[in-house]
Amino acid sequence: MRNLLIFITKYNAFFLFIIFEVIALVIYIKYNSFQKATFINSSNQVTGNLYQQVGNFKSYLHLQDVNDSLARENARLRNQLKTSFYVDSAAKHKVVDTVYKQQYEYIDAAVINNSINRRNNYLTINKGSRAGVAKGMGVICPQGVVGKVVFVGAHFSVVQSLLHKETVISAALAGTKDLGSFIWGDNLDPHVGLLYDVLNSASPRLGQQVVTSDLSLFPAGVPIGKISNLHSKNAKGSFLNMDVILAVDFSKLQYVYVVNNKLAAEQLGLEAQQKKDE
Amino acid sequence: MSRTIIVNLLRFILLVFIQVFLLKNISLYDLSTPYLYILFILLLPFETPNILLFALAFILGLTIDAFYDTPGLHITACVLLAFVRILFISITVQKDGFDNEPEPTLSNMGFRWFFTYALVLTLIHHFFLFIMEVFRFDEIQYTIGRAVLSTIFTVFLILVSGLLFYKSKERK
Repeated sequence: MRNLLIFITKYNAFFLFIIFEVIALVIYIKYNSFQKATFINSSNQVTGNLYQQVGNFKSYLHLQDVNDSLARENARLRNQLKTSFYVDSAAKHKVVDTVYKQQYEYIDAAVINNSINRRNNYLTINKGSRAGVAKGMGVICPQGVVGKVVFVGAHFSVVQSLLHKETVISAALAGTKDLGSFIWGDNLDPHVGLLYDVLNSASPRLGQQVVTSDLSLFPAGVPIGKISNLHSKNAKGSFLNMDVILAVDFSKLQYVYVVNNKLAAEQLGLEAQQKKDE
Repeated sequence: MSRTIIVNLLRFILLVFIQVFLLKNISLYDLSTPYLYILFILLLPFETPNILLFALAFILGLTIDAFYDTPGLHITACVLLAFVRILFISITVQKDGFDNEPEPTLSNMGFRWFFTYALVLTLIHHFFLFIMEVFRFDEIQYTIGRAVLSTIFTVFLILVSGLLFYKSKERK
C-alpha cells in the first residue's frame, strides 16, 4: 500500500493528467453533438464489424437448422400449391366446331412424368378415366400436337408422345391442305420429325407450317411443326419426304389438353365395318 | 508570492482577452489560427504544484471553451499541454535552477531553451487540438497542415510577446 502511494506520488503528474484528461474528454464528448455522434459511430464501426464477423461464423454453425427449417417451409408451401392437389372435378372446355358438326372436348392435365431421349417416349398426365380421359384420345398443348393416350387409369393416363416409333399422325401442309403422314423418324432428335407420303404434285416451301389434317384424331389445324428440309435423308415411301421441326419442345412440356373427339367412336365403328366388308 | 499570483492572474485575463477578442478573428487562409492563450501555461512558475498546474490548465481551457462554444475541446488540449510541460521541464531543467529563475520566460531561460520549449509544447497542443476538433483521421493531411501552420503563427506571437516583456538579467 505504501509502495503504491509512493508510486502514485512519484508519478503524480501522469495520474493527474489522466484524471483531468478523462474529465475533459467526457465534457467534450458529452456536450458536442458531432463528436458524440462520431464517437458512438466509430465505436459502432468497431463493434459492428466484430459482431458481423462473429455472426458470419455463427451462421455456418446454424446452417443445418436453417436448412431443415427451409425444407419444412418448402414442404408446407408446396402443400398449399394448386399442383399438389388432385383435382377431382375436371374442368372441361367445349369447342363447338360448327363447320364439321363435330364436338371436341378438352381436358386440361399436367405432365407429371416425361421422357424425350428414348426410342419410344411416353409421358404421364394427372388425369384419368374419372376426368373423362379414354384410350385413343389425342393430346395437344398450346404449341401443338403432343401425342395420344394409350393407357388410362382412374387418376392418371399414359400418353404416347410424338417421339415414338408407333406414332403416325395424318398431317397436312397449312394452306394447301396437301396430305401426308407424320412420324418421328429414325434420327432420334427430339426436335425433328419426318413428313412423308406427300403427293408429288404438292409444292411445299421451307418454313411452311405442318398441321394436323381433317383425318386425324386431333382437331384440324393443330400445329405439328415447320418444314426445315425439303429432301429428307431418312426417306420413307415413294413420294415427297421432308424434315419437320417440331412445334412442341417436349423437354419443357408442363400442361397439356386431352382432346375428346365425341364422334370418334362412331367414325371408328364405321371404319371397322368397312374393313369387315373388304 | 502574492505578486506571482497577481501577475499570473493579470496574465490570464489579458491572454484570454487577446485570444477571445482579437486572435479569434484572425485566421490566415483558414489554415493558420493562433492560440496564444497557451502562453499562460507556458509561463507558470517552475514551482507550481502539479495539481495546481492541471487545475489552472483546466480552468483556462474551460474559459476559452466558453468563448469558443466548444465545451471540452480546449480543456483536453490544455490538460495535455500541462502534462507535456511537466515532462519537458523535468527532462531539461535542473531542480536547483528553480531558485534562480522562478518562471520559464524568454529572459530567464535564454532564447534557445525557450524557443524549443515553446515550439514543442505549442506543436503538441495544436496537433491535439486540431485532431480533437476534426475528430477523425479522414483529412489528416489538412489537419496536420493546419496544426503546423498555426504552430508557426503561435510560436511567432509567443516569441514576440517574450521579446516585448524582455527583462535583461543585469537588472535583476
